[in-house]
Amino acid sequence: MAEPQASEDSPAIGSRALTKRFGRQLVVDAIDLDVPRGAVYGFIGPNGSGKTTTIRMLLGLVRPDGGECSLLGQVMPAAATDVLPRVGALVEGPAFHPYLSGTGNLLRVDAADRRSDPDTASARVAAALDRVGLTIAATKKYRAYSLGMRQRLGIAAALLQPRELLVLDEPTNGLDPQGTREVRHLIADLAADGTTVFVSSHLLAEVEQLCTHLGVMRAGTLVAQGPMGELRALTATRFRMRTRDPQPALAVLANLGVADAVLLDGGVGGSLGEVAPEWIVQAMVRAGITVAEFVQVTPTLEDLFVQLTGEGFDVSG
Amino acid sequence: MSAAEVVGPRRSRPVRAWFRLLGSELGLVFGRRRNRVGIGVLFGLVVLVGIALKVSAVRHPRSPAGDLMSAVAGNGIFLGFAGLSVEIALFLPLAVSVLAGDAIAGEANQGTLRYLLIAPVARGRLLVMKAVSLIIGGLVGATVVALSGLLTGAVLFGVRPLTTLSGTQMGIGDGLFRLLLAVAYLGAGLGALSMIGLFISTLTEQPIAATVATAMVSTLLWILDAVPQLDWLHPWLLVDRWMSFVDLLRDPVFTDRIVTGLWVDAAYAAVFLLLAWLRFRNKDVTS
Repeated sequence: MAEPQASEDSPAIGSRALTKRFGRQLVVDAIDLDVPRGAVYGFIGPNGSGKTTTIRMLLGLVRPDGGECSLLGQVMPAAATDVLPRVGALVEGPAFHPYLSGTGNLLRVDAADRRSDPDTASARVAAALDRVGLTIAATKKYRAYSLGMRQRLGIAAALLQPRELLVLDEPTNGLDPQGTREVRHLIADLAADGTTVFVSSHLLAEVEQLCTHLGVMRAGTLVAQGPMGELRALTATRFRMRTRDPQPALAVLANLGVADAVLLDGGVGGSLGEVAPEWIVQAMVRAGITVAEFVQVTPTLEDLFVQLTGEGFDVSG
Repeated sequence: MSAAEVVGPRRSRPVRAWFRLLGSELGLVFGRRRNRVGIGVLFGLVVLVGIALKVSAVRHPRSPAGDLMSAVAGNGIFLGFAGLSVEIALFLPLAVSVLAGDAIAGEANQGTLRYLLIAPVARGRLLVMKAVSLIIGGLVGATVVALSGLLTGAVLFGVRPLTTLSGTQMGIGDGLFRLLLAVAYLGAGLGALSMIGLFISTLTEQPIAATVATAMVSTLLWILDAVPQLDWLHPWLLVDRWMSFVDLLRDPVFTDRIVTGLWVDAAYAAVFLLLAWLRFRNKDVTS
């Protein structure tokens, strides 16, 4: 084993054949994560697909049964106390002492990190609370916090120090639309400052707006990973055409080589693939078929997600 | 390990950081309302004992504890010792069990354990810090009991030079010093018990379960120690020599059982702290 190198070109998060079993159940099955520095990496997958267990392994909370993982180029969990001060994390929701105030709770977390400077603690805590809009509730007991306030406090804890990497598990859970927007802006700001952000989410629309890279989990395996653009290309763009002569239109499509052409209500549809839309319209007109409407349907991330992880509503596992 | 230096923490002040974390922990433990109520209960029980002794003039059977009770009527200082003898069997171990249950299981149950670990605090450091805070908790408990006895005794019976259990005279200052030694001795015993509790606390995510289990261990040890048929076992029981703190009231102090008692405390503490470490070192924190 070579000495761990913390060079700039090592990935912010890397793993090789990372595996975890709970009892006989394989929860995470040999995944190879690669999160480049500076990326905003969306980690998505159905409930129970192993996202949180993966995050716990990355942070050294859970020991892998096989493979290895590294944060900022250093092997976890061996380098935990060296690396984690540069990593802010929100794991499976916030958790704080109910009878301490927001400030009290953040000071406690800060006291646990032996590298943090006690002289600047109060200022850093105040700044973190301000950043998530909790200044007004700073002295309130945590037990009196609403779900959204708790979530904000969890994010504030991740921002107590300047971080190179943020690992955020469902950061907008329980937030109102306003709060969701704020968190999205916050993540965008942090990413603009060069912080690598690893964010797991169920909200695909959010991931779509925010992320530069994507990793998709399904039943413990990483089924797809890469820059957003490359993954988006996996789902073919579809089209929908409204016409009064659907049957002849199908024949034309077949001639053009649209393999999955189907009859729709009031028209036909299919995936574009190699065939350019203008060719189709041209061919239709030549064949004397009226084209009332031609719509190109760009697939959403949800389409990709469903394509990769399946339709079912069942919790996998 | 070069990587750590590249990042360069600000000036590292390990001692200060240590006390900061311990301070945070003690603030948490003693700031919690339930624990303050617990301290009040430990204090109040001795006051009750004092009042009971004041209103009743019953002679007590001849035993170290009985001697203490009888002596209280003549001198308030003895209520400090009597209070310890009353609370050491149940209430002080219970208090320590509650704190031990919170130590790891409580943090795990709340989920705060994961945020401590990723703050990050090394697992060994966290465990040692929790152990130190538990030992301090036991000492504070014993101190509260002794102090309550002293104050209540002073008010109800007055304070004067003592007659030792051996019949000789001893000044007030000397008597108070012996009380301090008794607190320290029982603090060591409670500290050893809290290491059992700390180990149990690493086994579960339910603080109540850890507390109950620790209190049961303590009670079981007392019961075993009271069964004459098991006298071969008694020297090995953690609690066997706890009541020997009354030997501090003899003149000269009878140290044999106290010194052996301290060794037994140390052995129990070492074994269970080690077990706690072995368990906690690689434990999957899934809460």
